[in-house]
Amino acid sequence: MYSEIIKNLKTDVRLTEALQACMNCGICTAVCPAAEFYEYDPRSIAVSVQSENREKIIDLLESDTIWYCGQCMSCKTRCPRNNCSGLIISVLRKLSQETGAFTKSRMGRQQYLILKTIGNNILSRGYCIHPTTVVPETHPEQGPVWKWIYENMHDVYAVVGANLDCDGPGTMRKINSIDLNELNNIFIVSGGMKFFDTINHFSKLKAIEMGMVDEYGEADMEKYTQYLLQE
Amino acid sequence: MEIKSKIKWSEYNKEIAEDHFFFLRSCIRQNFNPGAEKAFISILKNNLKKDIFDDARHTTCTGIGYHTDIVPFETMQTMIARQFSLMTEKGYKNCAVSCITSFGSYNEILSTWKEFPEELAKTRDYLKKATGREFEIPENLSHGCDIIYKFRKEIAAQSNYKLINIETGEPLKIVDHIGCHYSKIFPEKGVGGFEYSKVLTEMIQAWGGQPVDYPERRHCCGFGFRQYLVKSNRSYSISNSRKKFESMEPFKPDAIITNCPGCNMFLDRWQYTLAQIEGKTYGGGTNGIPVFSYEELAGLILGYDPWKLGLQMHQVDVEPFLKKIGVRYDPELKFVGINGKYINEPLFTGCLK
Repeated sequence: MYSEIIKNLKTDVRLTEALQACMNCGICTAVCPAAEFYEYDPRSIAVSVQSENREKIIDLLESDTIWYCGQCMSCKTRCPRNNCSGLIISVLRKLSQETGAFTKSRMGRQQYLILKTIGNNILSRGYCIHPTTVVPETHPEQGPVWKWIYENMHDVYAVVGANLDCDGPGTMRKINSIDLNELNNIFIVSGGMKFFDTINHFSKLKAIEMGMVDEYGEADMEKYTQYLLQE
Repeated sequence: MEIKSKIKWSEYNKEIAEDHFFFLRSCIRQNFNPGAEKAFISILKNNLKKDIFDDARHTTCTGIGYHTDIVPFETMQTMIARQFSLMTEKGYKNCAVSCITSFGSYNEILSTWKEFPEELAKTRDYLKKATGREFEIPENLSHGCDIIYKFRKEIAAQSNYKLINIETGEPLKIVDHIGCHYSKIFPEKGVGGFEYSKVLTEMIQAWGGQPVDYPERRHCCGFGFRQYLVKSNRSYSISNSRKKFESMEPFKPDAIITNCPGCNMFLDRWQYTLAQIEGKTYGGGTNGIPVFSYEELAGLILGYDPWKLGLQMHQVDVEPFLKKIGVRYDPELKFVGINGKYINEPLFTGCLK
């Protein structure tokens, strides 16, 4: 599972950009919104990766820690050496998912939820977010105006000149099948689809490991989803 | 890398194309503020007489998928290459980007292709295999706010209203919030860099208002991608927005202006949520501080109908702001549907009932 972990880490071009002679000054931690909110220290992550300490890196891949970053990239702006802890995190998260390590942490397991929402939106609609998926019951923070928009969606979008789910250009237009096919082909050719399959595969293994199986012994992913939502 | 001093950054300007834009839309802005993108195109075409092409074929850049770590870098590179291919096919060389996440992603990829030509070659190969397409790299990549900033004085010259309180004659106090991926990753891609960003404050000034600095002006709104998108992580998101509101509150701003679609929505919605949790509003009374994007504010001063701009889709009620600057509008049309038919109303607007 982790046999070539350091080699795999170093082959990501983003790491070359993100980490050059970190001097451990800690300004990334000082400015980091995630460090203010969670027990999170991007400085120590940069140091662990720079040291190529295999055990520490594996611990990170299996931990909640790497999932705390909010990707604001404030660290990049402040680093005196132009390093970027947020980008190091992106590399670690990719590796965590490729190896299945993400299923060992609560925050890591959430990748399955994100795949089911954002991933599905991308492949089926051509958008990361679609208004029909921002359901008021699961988004109470959106407030009563959003509830009104959601319940009167086609009227409200039409009034402001949008082209919701219709052919042709415009806001929130329907992405036609030719363009969606190109998008899907890009995911197949460039590894995006394989990556989705990998997240699915390890999530199913985790569901089985946790005893969430149907009558045929297959992973019960609906039960797993409900578990993740409550976890 | 060129080291710029404090003074140089504060005077720093970037290259912004003059005309002929290929428009790249934002997933979040289309969802939550669809009227803003419509207004942006209209302002460029009808007010500034610019050429901007809106191609129905372009899709998400997958930036949110990338920053939630489900979309590999190679896939996002190829998706963005496809956008460039559509641009090339239509004969355009300048991109106008609506989304801040996309803007950061486009810049990250252009920088990667410059530093690592093998990544560019790989992307060309992937795109060709997947779609048969080829592409040129854009000559200029500007965010929508850059373009409105560039033409802020022309917009002021055509304006029907100014950001001035018509009762007191005083300029309105407006705080800005710059989306993190506008210039935190590549400061040289933002007007004024990151620390001394002036892309929004100079719009405020040009349109008669008074920009107000506040300590947490540069702090993230808290979107955090997975921190908001997974329900159980949302306390991260709201805590960051709360920090900003607490920081701007002593300055009693009349409005917040943003350049990022996500920030625009969060700063609006989190005021409502915080009021529901803590019973506190930041705008006095039961309302909050109205939040506008740069296109919405430009549209308003140019005399666009507030309900065509989609300002009824904000949770924080914008009407007190409209009255302050003297916008002529029909409050009866705020919540009507197609052809003026009545379609019910939200339970309430603002932050507290």
